Amino acid sequence: MTGMIEYLNSIWATVPADYQYLVIVTSQILAVAMTVILTVAFTTYFERKVIGYMQGRLGPNRVGPFGLGQPFADVLKLLIKEVIVPAKSNRFLFIIAPLLAITPALAAWAVIPLSDNFVIADIDAGLLYVLALTSVGVYGVIIAGWATNSKYALLGAMRSGAQIVAYEIAMGFALVGVLMAAGSLNLGDITRAQAGGFSHWFLFPLLPLFLVFFVSGVAETNRAPFDVTEGESEIVAGFHVEYSGVAFAIFFLAEYANIILISTLTSIFFFGGWASFFEGWTFLGEGHFLRQPSFFWLAAKISFFVFVFFWLRATFPRYRYDQIMRLGWKVFIPITIAWIAVEGVMSWLHWGPWSGSAG
Amino acid sequence: MPEIQTFTMNFGPQHPAAHGVLRLVLEMDGEVIHSADPHVGLLHRATEKLAESKPYNQSIGYMDRLDYISMICNEHGYVLVIEKLLGITPPIRAQYIRVLFDEITRILNHLFWLGAHGLDIGAMTIFLYCFREREDLMDIYEAVSGTRMHATYYRPGGVYRDLPEAMPKYQASKWRSKKSVAKLNAIREGSLLDFIDAFTVKFPACVDQYENLLTDNRIWKQRTVNIGVVPPERALQLGFTGPMLRGSGVEWDLRKKQPYEVYDQLDFDIPVGTNGDCYDRYLVRVEEMRQSNKIVKQCVDWLRENPGPVMLEDRKIVAPTRVEMKDDMESLIHHFKLFTEGYCVPAGEAYAAIEHPKGEFGVYMISDGANKPYRVKIRAAGFAHLGAMSEMVTGHMLADVVAVIGTQDIVFGEIDR
Repeated sequence: MTGMIEYLNSIWATVPADYQYLVIVTSQILAVAMTVILTVAFTTYFERKVIGYMQGRLGPNRVGPFGLGQPFADVLKLLIKEVIVPAKSNRFLFIIAPLLAITPALAAWAVIPLSDNFVIADIDAGLLYVLALTSVGVYGVIIAGWATNSKYALLGAMRSGAQIVAYEIAMGFALVGVLMAAGSLNLGDITRAQAGGFSHWFLFPLLPLFLVFFVSGVAETNRAPFDVTEGESEIVAGFHVEYSGVAFAIFFLAEYANIILISTLTSIFFFGGWASFFEGWTFLGEGHFLRQPSFFWLAAKISFFVFVFFWLRATFPRYRYDQIMRLGWKVFIPITIAWIAVEGVMSWLHWGPWSGSAG
Repeated sequence: MPEIQTFTMNFGPQHPAAHGVLRLVLEMDGEVIHSADPHVGLLHRATEKLAESKPYNQSIGYMDRLDYISMICNEHGYVLVIEKLLGITPPIRAQYIRVLFDEITRILNHLFWLGAHGLDIGAMTIFLYCFREREDLMDIYEAVSGTRMHATYYRPGGVYRDLPEAMPKYQASKWRSKKSVAKLNAIREGSLLDFIDAFTVKFPACVDQYENLLTDNRIWKQRTVNIGVVPPERALQLGFTGPMLRGSGVEWDLRKKQPYEVYDQLDFDIPVGTNGDCYDRYLVRVEEMRQSNKIVKQCVDWLRENPGPVMLEDRKIVAPTRVEMKDDMESLIHHFKLFTEGYCVPAGEAYAAIEHPKGEFGVYMISDGANKPYRVKIRAAGFAHLGAMSEMVTGHMLADVVAVIGTQDIVFGEIDR
């Protein structure tokens, strides 16, 4: 056995360094992408179970034990359905739109640090990269709405465009606050800046920004109560009204990948990412696994925020389009700007996250 | 300069918020509605015409299918007008049972309305909560008539049969264990009245739960306050009735103003709104559920104390029982006549109206003395409400159209007839 490994290692050593890098990164990308897609599958299951119990129902419980096979049954059903392209649609754009939606949703994971030592691309402008990619996702929605050549889809696309513009700004301003506190655009450094127990998390000094960021995230992903782009009782399904089969499944995948992405970003920006909640709690004993920072802490935080997404969906009625605009432009953007000013003062006085910085 | 064209959108008839088969042609400027043109008739089933070709009793079942959310109330209007033409009054116990079932139906209707209205505005959980309670009410329907929806329970001269002494029970199956069945059946051990009584006890807490989700919810208020405002004068001009009129602040309820059956002996209040917007109509309907619950409770108490006949003994109108029919020659003849020819109603015309959950439901009937009506005209409350659609939504946004359709509580079965 050890001979085998040594033999493989010797082959590996002969591969040029550039190719080694290519193989490693490609396998990392595949691993993360597959994990995200599988997580999406079970997120749909999780959503249906959570909302089911909130509504006094059981949720899926027929396919496999506890209905765990349901996501795969759904995928299979969508794969074998025909993708109907409406006669008067723009065929090329109609097909390309779902891809435009899914690509940024998956590509954003490249800079997400999943633990202290795992990130596919450890770039310094990680935060800008994430902001840029989440904004690109809206092209998929707008192109889908336009290419379908349906009035319902067009309305959905228009709403989506306006909504993303409004909330992207609020989100950007909220991230300016994070940037000020962490002093870095690198997501790993932002997490490390929050090390030292949960009182060091940015949640407390940046509480309003956290709320704005998370709510904007809900709006960006077009989830209830901001799901006007697909509000089924108004414009039926909005931009994806004419999509079926795999094309629809890809939109669905993108939506859920974005939910997980927003939950991850919230955990990283405001909840210390992979940092442990119990860091520095001495009664647990030195080296207790609960005190160690690990991927499981990040996973727990992500799951919590995903749960909050579903909780919101089960609780709230849908906003009207103009009310969403009002909330974005007249409430969130002023709050974030005001809080950035407050942060400036805090930084000047060396409070909170700035207490360590030299005067 | 080019003229700016409005955006015409075809809303329905296949639309998740169209409440059946409403087709609205919307003229829009972006998201803002310039005018709405409702098209009706897609669910026309010629109920009025069909009623002309069959004996009186055979049309009772058609009435259930008019407004298929509040089935028994439709029967009530139809049965009442026949009784008026015949000049008969059902026994007092039958009147109480009718009031009991009218109010159960009102709760049934308002629960459905609340669930559908919530779902239209995007609150999906309320829908399932409402349907949870509707399930019990459907069981009450089933216990008394054998069906969960189209009961065909009222008859001219009373109701088809007295309230049963036992409730139908769940049975264990592959999907339902003995234990869960026992739990479900625990409340069904007694008579129907016990079951209804238990329902009235638990129901106010359920309404609190719905209100908890919606009444003070900021998004719910943003979506309903000042949407579809109808001032009281205009509401009267448009022929509004029921909660639509009371939401505008006009205190008009046939149960109080023109009491039929035993409503004048019962204690209940009529809620009215102040602004005439969707939110007020929501509050009015929620309060009506509480008041109906109160009436149901009073009826249950009365019915427990006062056994008696639930049908007239007049064999020219009401069929004899099976036992009588088997022993008695004359009963057999009556039975045969009633189930072939039916009864003849003296020539004349009459209008009878009831306070249907949606408003005034009236039946106008002309008899030429035959065993079939010469003409039946049904006044459906929803028809007048739908007529106000355009003026209620003009100037609002697309999402408000859905809120207004919801608040009007439209059911196409009765509008298209």
